[in-house]
Amino acid sequence: MSISINKNKCIGCGKCRNVCPGSLIKVDSDGKAYIKYPKDCWGCTSCIKECPVYAIDFFLGADIGGMGSKVHTEKKGDILSWIIQKPQGDSIKIDINQKESNKY
Amino acid sequence: MKTERLNTDILIIGGGTAGCYAALTISENSDKKVLICEKAHIKRSGCLAAGVNALNAYIVEGRTPQDYVDYAKKDADGIVREDLLLTMSQRLNKVTHRLEQLGLVILKDENGKYVARGNRNLKINGENIKPILAQAVEKAENVQVLNRVNVIDFAVKDNKINGAFAIGIENDTFYTIDAKAVIIATGGASGLYKPNNPGFSRHKMWYPPFNTGAGYAMGINAGAEMTTFEMRFIALRCKDTIAPTGTLAQGVGAKQINSLGEVYETKYGLTTSERVYGTVNENQEGRGPCYLRTEGITPQQDDSLIRAYLNMAPSQTIKWIESGKLPSQQNVEIEGTEPYIVGGHTASGYWVDTNRATTIQGLFAGGDVAGGCPQKYVTGALVEGEIAALSAVNYVDNSKQGSIEQSDIDKHINEVTGFITKKTSPYTTEQLEEAMQTVMDSYAGGIKTNYRFNEKQLDIADYKIKQLMSLVSTLYAEDFQELMYIYELKERLTVCRSVIAHLKARKETRWHSFAENLDYPNKDEKNFNKYVNSRLENGEIKIIIRDLVQGGKEYEHIN
Repeated sequence: MSISINKNKCIGCGKCRNVCPGSLIKVDSDGKAYIKYPKDCWGCTSCIKECPVYAIDFFLGADIGGMGSKVHTEKKGDILSWIIQKPQGDSIKIDINQKESNKY
Repeated sequence: MKTERLNTDILIIGGGTAGCYAALTISENSDKKVLICEKAHIKRSGCLAAGVNALNAYIVEGRTPQDYVDYAKKDADGIVREDLLLTMSQRLNKVTHRLEQLGLVILKDENGKYVARGNRNLKINGENIKPILAQAVEKAENVQVLNRVNVIDFAVKDNKINGAFAIGIENDTFYTIDAKAVIIATGGASGLYKPNNPGFSRHKMWYPPFNTGAGYAMGINAGAEMTTFEMRFIALRCKDTIAPTGTLAQGVGAKQINSLGEVYETKYGLTTSERVYGTVNENQEGRGPCYLRTEGITPQQDDSLIRAYLNMAPSQTIKWIESGKLPSQQNVEIEGTEPYIVGGHTASGYWVDTNRATTIQGLFAGGDVAGGCPQKYVTGALVEGEIAALSAVNYVDNSKQGSIEQSDIDKHINEVTGFITKKTSPYTTEQLEEAMQTVMDSYAGGIKTNYRFNEKQLDIADYKIKQLMSLVSTLYAEDFQELMYIYELKERLTVCRSVIAHLKARKETRWHSFAENLDYPNKDEKNFNKYVNSRLENGEIKIIIRDLVQGGKEYEHIN
C-alpha cells in the first residue's frame, strides 16, 4: 500500500512531510511534496488526514488486490469523511463521526 | 556534519505509546527535565499511527487483575513474569480513564458504563489516539521533544548509562546527550524475515516497518541481559492487508474455518500461537485457504465493520470495496505474517525487575522492548511507560550523574563519518536487508518453511547473518536519512543473531509456529519450564537459563 501526491494540487505547506512516521515524504526543488520512498509506505494515511487541499491519495498495490481506486479524507468538525474514487468514475463517501465509538 | 551536546535529567528514546506516557508521568510527578528523541514525529509515530478501534487490555466488571495475569500466562504456556503482568494489570483501568480525560472516545451504555467486548476489551473510536497523546506531551511542563532525531547507541560505562548518541536525520547533526537516567521505549523488531508480499506491498499497517528493534540492539550491544527472544510473534491477519482480525473474531463472532467450511480452531486450541499453527496445518494438509466466517452477518454489521477498519487499518475497508464484496457476502481470508519480535505481544525484550529497571544501571524499559510481560497492547504499554518513569525519577533522586568519555564520543563520530564520507560500496543497504530477510526466511523458521526449523538450519542462519554483519562497514550513505537506514540494518542484524541463539537454546517445542524446533518437536517441562535469557560477553552471546519467578513475588536483579 502506498500514496501518490498530486503536485498540481499541492500548495507546499509541508504538513504531510512533517507528520509521516517513516520520514518518507520530502519537499522537491519546486517547493512541492513528493514521496521519496514509495515502497516504504505502510498505508497509515497520516499524511492524507493532514493535507488541506486533498492532494494526497492512498491506494492498494495490485499485489494485494488493488483495482485502481484512490482514497482521500476530508474533515469537517467531528466528521471525518473517506472518499473512495473508483477508476470508472463513481465514488463512495463514508462519513465517520469521531465522537462515536466503534460498535464491534 | 554538525555536532551538538545536549543535557537532560531523563532521556526517553522513542515517542510512541510508552514513551509519551512516560513523559507525561514524569512531568506530572516531578520537576525533572525530560527529553524525548523521536526518529519521526510524535504526532503519528509508532504503532498507533492510523488508530486502533479497541483497547484490548482492560479489567472489565467482575474480573480482577489476577485474571489478566492468568490469561497471559496460559497464552504463553507459562513463560511469563507474573510480577510484571500483575503490576501492569493493576493499573490498566487507571490509564484508560486518563486516556478518556485526554479526549479518547470510549463506548458507554445508557448508564454511562463502558461497554465491554469479551472479557478484556473496550470499544473505542481511536483514530486520533496518537494525536491525543502527542498533544498532551506537547503541553506538558519540562518536556522537550526532538523530532527526527534517531538514537544510534547508548553511552554506557562500567554497566551504568550516562546518556546516548543520536543523529538528526534532517539537520545532518551528531548529538551527544548527557542524561541522569534513560527510558528505552522504542518499538519491537519488524523486517527481520521476508514479508508476506515482498514486492510493492511489503509493508502493511498493523505494525510499523520503522520499528527496527533499535532498543533491543542497543541493549544487546551494551551487555544488558535480554529474555525470551525465541518467543517470536506471528500475527494471524486478514490476508494481504494484514489488518487485525479481533474486530471480526470477537466483534461479530466470526469463527476460523477451512475451505471445506469446517471450524478448525477448536481442533488446535485457542492460544495465539495455536490459532496460527492451526491455519498453517490446515493449509499444509490441503484444506486451505482458511477464512474467518463472516458470510451471513447483517448489513448493519457490514456497515459498522467498514467504519471500524477505517479507524484502524483503512486498507481492509478499501479491499472490501475494491473486491465488490462486503464481509457479509464473502468470508475474510486469513494468513500468518512473517515472524516479528515484539514484547507488546509476546515476552521478548529486556530482562527487567518489577520496577522495569534493566540490568544496566540507570536504564529503564517500557512497552515493546520490555520483556516478560506479553499481551500489553496499548494500555499495557502506557502502564509500563508510567512504571518506568516513576522508577527513573526515583533513580535520579538517589544517584550521581556519570560522564560520557571523550573517547566514546570520538568512536561514534568516527563511525558516522566513515559511512558518510565513502563514495562507493559493493552493495546497497537495501540489498543487505533483503539478503538478511532471505536468510531468516530460509534457515530460521520463516514463512517459507511454515515457521519450522532445525539446529543445522539455525547454524547456517547464524553463519550467514554474521557474514552480512561484516559487510555493514562497507556501506555508505548519501545523506543522514540513508545513514539512519544503515543503523537500522545493523540493529536488525544484531537482533537476528540473538533470535537465532535463543531459538537454538530452547531445545523443545513449547509454542507451535512461534518456536517450532523440528529436532525437539515436543514440550520439555522438566528442563524448559524456565526463561531463556542471554547477554553479550566479549562478542559472544552467552545463554542464561533462569527459573520462573513465582506468582506473588517481586523480582530484583541478582547475578
